[in-house]
Amino acid sequence: MTELVTIKGTSEGLIITLGSGSFETVVGEMEERLASRASFFRGGRVALRVGDRSMSVEQLQAIGAILERLGMTLWAVDGDHPSTHVAARDLELEVDLHPSAPPAPASPESIPLEQMGGILVHRTLRSGQAIHYPGHVTLIGDVNPGAEIVAGGDIVVWGRLRGNAHAGAMGDEQAVICALQMQPNQIRIGSHIARPPDRSWRPKAPEKASVQDGGIVVGRWKKSES
Amino acid sequence: MAATVVTVTSGKGGVGKTTVTANLSVALAMLGQRVIAVDTDIGLRNLDVVMGLENRIVYDLVDAVEGRCRLRQAFIRDKRLSELYLLPAAQTRDKSAVNPEQMIKLCNQLRPEFDFVFIDSPAGIEQGYRNAVAPADRVLIVTTPEVSAVRDADRIVGLVEAEDKGPAKLIINRLNPAMVRREEMLSTVDVVEILAIDLIGVIPEDPAVIVSTNRGSPVSLDGRSPSGQAFRNIAGRLMGQDIPIMPIKESANVLDRLSRFLRG
Repeated sequence: MTELVTIKGTSEGLIITLGSGSFETVVGEMEERLASRASFFRGGRVALRVGDRSMSVEQLQAIGAILERLGMTLWAVDGDHPSTHVAARDLELEVDLHPSAPPAPASPESIPLEQMGGILVHRTLRSGQAIHYPGHVTLIGDVNPGAEIVAGGDIVVWGRLRGNAHAGAMGDEQAVICALQMQPNQIRIGSHIARPPDRSWRPKAPEKASVQDGGIVVGRWKKSES
Repeated sequence: MAATVVTVTSGKGGVGKTTVTANLSVALAMLGQRVIAVDTDIGLRNLDVVMGLENRIVYDLVDAVEGRCRLRQAFIRDKRLSELYLLPAAQTRDKSAVNPEQMIKLCNQLRPEFDFVFIDSPAGIEQGYRNAVAPADRVLIVTTPEVSAVRDADRIVGLVEAEDKGPAKLIINRLNPAMVRREEMLSTVDVVEILAIDLIGVIPEDPAVIVSTNRGSPVSLDGRSPSGQAFRNIAGRLMGQDIPIMPIKESANVLDRLSRFLRG
């Protein structure tokens, strides 16, 4: 079965492709998908691909309204049907997404980090629970052993970090991991992995982990360093 | 040389599957065997904690099955025994992440590299159990001398008999000789009589097990503890050595009889 809606991130913004199915079904699915990760998509600009579906001005306006409600803007419509072109031009939308070659399939990871922003999570992350987010992650609460946070950007744990944390998961070696009490099972930054010594210990102050000279270094989280 | 795949299961939770898996793996590795312990309790993994290897996990069983890493990359070498490895379960997934066919395939890849593949089964009789038992050459059933645990073990014996795995062997865990003497606990004889399968070992109740589990250092490594000795004996039996079951003094002696008589 082909998906009703596919959503891809590119350096140009999001590309939403509508599959086959009634307009209501497909748009309903699109709205649901976007709303489920609203904070992730907010602020994005959207190019719509409709294939050979014929889109009216009203239909495009309806989609535009949904996107606007979710904090996104529709800037282009790509479709094969002539009436789609006419409708898009009427609304002063671009009709040619890719003057050159068709885009390489991209994943949400290709959205630049600056556009991601961050999320704030207010709870205890227990064993088996995970947060995977392409931007920065701030957690108010503890990360218990067996839980993990994987972030494209930085990770700040306002509590005890006793599980796993992976910052810069898409390769950003500048990313940092901060915790009020840094007692992780394992931390990773970019492609580096570190685990604490086998003896038990209890940190006395908030700590910050970063990559220095090709390895993860954990030190006191100083006020001066923001 | 091809490994023997041994699955440790019980039906009931909390009877000591993971402790048995860790300790038999350690004991066999101490006997010079090449051993890998595989945790199939996806989502509720523990074997890594009991073996003290939790913070070394990079890839896990599910990563290997789904092709995110090569199988060898998911092996964790034990920090004490160079011939012992762990293949950990994933924690953020669930039992449906692998199926029995994948487990059989995975174990066939492990067979040429080891002498023993130990599989720690999750509790229950659902998919996790089926994943664990599917690749087994031999099945070890763990029970404690409690009616509920024995009942569940009986269910498992029936399930294993229905498959072509050869006769399952029984391990009785946490036997308290003093309680048996006072007739407050099922005895070895009682349990074997109910289950009617071969006994391969009896582990006495031993506080050292709790200490060693918390430290991530299996009790088999401890030369002095009675439970460690019991595990090493089972390991020897798995290798075909003829070691008699340790005599745990269960029958009432004169003093017990007298005290029971006095208490009325």
